[in-house]
Amino acid sequence: MTELGFFGGRVARHDGLVTQTRMGFSDPWRMLEGLRAVRNAGAGTVGTITLDSFTRTGNLDRAREELLRGTPLNGYPLLAHGAARTRELIGAFDQSRFPIQIRHGSPRPYMIFREMLAAGITATEGGPVSYCLPYSREPLAAAVTEWARSCELLSEYRGPGAPVHLESFSGCMLGQLCPPGLLVALNILEGLFFLEHGLRSISLSYAQQTNHRQDFGAITALRRLARERLAGADWHITIYTFMGVFPESALGARSLIEESARLAASTGSERLIVKTVAEAFRIPTIAENVQALRWATAAAAGAEPDDDDDAAEAVYREAGTLIDAVLDQHANIGQALIGAFRKGLLDVPYCLHPDNANQARTTIDSAGRLQWASTGRMPIATGRAGAEPRVSAADLLTMLDYHRRRFDGSHVQEKGHHHDDDRIAPAGHGSGQLDACR
Amino acid sequence: MDTKVGKPRAVVCTIASDAHTWNLMFLQLLLEDHGFAVHNLGSCVPVVEVVDCCLRERPHLLVLSTVNGHGLIEAPGFIQAVRNRTELRSLPVVVGGKLNVDGAVPDDDVRNLLRLGFDAVFASAAAAEEFPRFLAHVGQAAAAN
Ligand code: B12
Repeated sequence: MTELGFFGGRVARHDGLVTQTRMGFSDPWRMLEGLRAVRNAGAGTVGTITLDSFTRTGNLDRAREELLRGTPLNGYPLLAHGAARTRELIGAFDQSRFPIQIRHGSPRPYMIFREMLAAGITATEGGPVSYCLPYSREPLAAAVTEWARSCELLSEYRGPGAPVHLESFSGCMLGQLCPPGLLVALNILEGLFFLEHGLRSISLSYAQQTNHRQDFGAITALRRLARERLAGADWHITIYTFMGVFPESALGARSLIEESARLAASTGSERLIVKTVAEAFRIPTIAENVQALRWATAAAAGAEPDDDDDAAEAVYREAGTLIDAVLDQHANIGQALIGAFRKGLLDVPYCLHPDNANQARTTIDSAGRLQWASTGRMPIATGRAGAEPRVSAADLLTMLDYHRRRFDGSHVQEKGHHHDDDRIAPAGHGSGQLDACR
Repeated sequence: MDTKVGKPRAVVCTIASDAHTWNLMFLQLLLEDHGFAVHNLGSCVPVVEVVDCCLRERPHLLVLSTVNGHGLIEAPGFIQAVRNRTELRSLPVVVGGKLNVDGAVPDDDVRNLLRLGFDAVFASAAAAEEFPRFLAHVGQAAAAN
């Protein structure tokens, strides 16, 4: 971690792992209560406001309409609530100690960023690739243009809480089944894009995948490449608890969350974003989020430093090859990314976005490592002989359910176990609805 | 896209606000495993594009899958837009996934979706197990035509 630390130095006083949820509610009171609970959950937490899918996809009218009806959305509709109301809501927090990050998943984030800054929030996430391919059907070229001007809006901001912090979401492409070499390469490329558009306070991300040792190596490789290639940036690394199909049992979910916390701590990563026991089923409650933060903090405290040199070397080389191939396309990073995807030099496995070649395929080896089954036109090898046979629906589920099989084992009987103590009935919902979901 | 003559055709889609695609990928493979030729429209599809695609391709089945929790909000408008076209009035249309943010979908909401014009609603893991049987039925009906 460089001198400025997190979010412009605001969490730097905290020694241990900084933890964060992915929380977002449409009801502002519940959002406020959730942020309070996270702040009070212990030292070193960061606040999160996750936006709803209507706001993410630019459908402000629908977000407004549903808010008026009292329909619970899957996140906080920032634009519908507006900057003034949001500023009032977060006025309860001293952001020099408890910074708040907006998480949004938008390929066209300009309006969201403008409103966010007006509300007094100066940390967010995404990127021209990582918030386009997995999150939309917008052309990549449009997302690159939009992200360029949006990054400039952020980097020109000089108000309270400056400089704005931006985290690349590249470590999560589609949440699962994306081999680490590509995740690491995309992080560096989005990092370079952010620098090209004037940002200095950034973070890189890596989501826990299916093999602990491979993950160690990937994070080491990411750190090494960031040191070599992102000179001039103030950066840190954010780890995500597994972002794919989650265990259904409470014990299984807990084990996976704890494993991710140990991964973050062992690799000296600075920040961790957790999932919850509700992940496989529905939007988690406040209590479930707080519980996950506690589990993660406790697990991280007991972790010893660890690494895997062989895995690191393999990821470092593969990512380096991909980065160089992209940079060769054009002097401008945005154009280079567009060109690379057009030629299939970057290819996200199973990604249906129209600008993705979708020829690359992944497989999980007997040790649980992600491997390329096919690399399409990317300048890297699969390390396997012969073409992969067609994958059936059952084969795909077998790969997606990897952590379910690992962790649910004998615990499945607790499936759907709820911790609903903090559930507030949203306007317009009778108790019948609440009973039905118990 | 596979448009082999003789195969029953299916269109797989989601609602405009939903970015999830693993569900769509899974359903595409499942339909192919059952002998369908599949046109997968990918994430965040505006319903007008779904309707256009169906008018063009005249599928034997339209599958709507959504998991982001906005299904109960958007599915009613979706099915109304489809049924508004006389050509698509008798097209079998099903919906499934995680339809709200609460984890369980009340029976009333399921009944409402059926009333609005869906032929089947697969809103739970148990319900989804019935889907292959439904597919076999659609496949036979297509072959009989
Ligand atoms: C991977 C993932 C992502 C990836 C998706 C990448 C991509 N392009 O696909 C990323 C990280 C981008 C993502 C983003 C978001 N996600 Co997400 N995601 C998941 C996750 C972890 C796994 C989904 C998955 O891969 N499933 C694999 C497929 C094969 O299974 P499935 O989708 O469950 O479908 C099965 C059944 O539902 C059924 N089925 C589905 N559709 C149909 C249709 C028919 C007809 C039938 C018969 C059956 C059927 O069959 C499938 C096989 O069993 C789930 C949680 C989980 N399941 O563990 C959350 C989850 C779906 N996401 C969720 C949310 C809310 C979001 C976001 C809005 C961010 C947020 N607020 O957290 C954004 C979406 C933005 C948007 N515009 O919509 C919520 C939805 C909450 C709810 N419904 O109550 C979930 C449940 C997580 C949670 N608990 O909060 N997500």
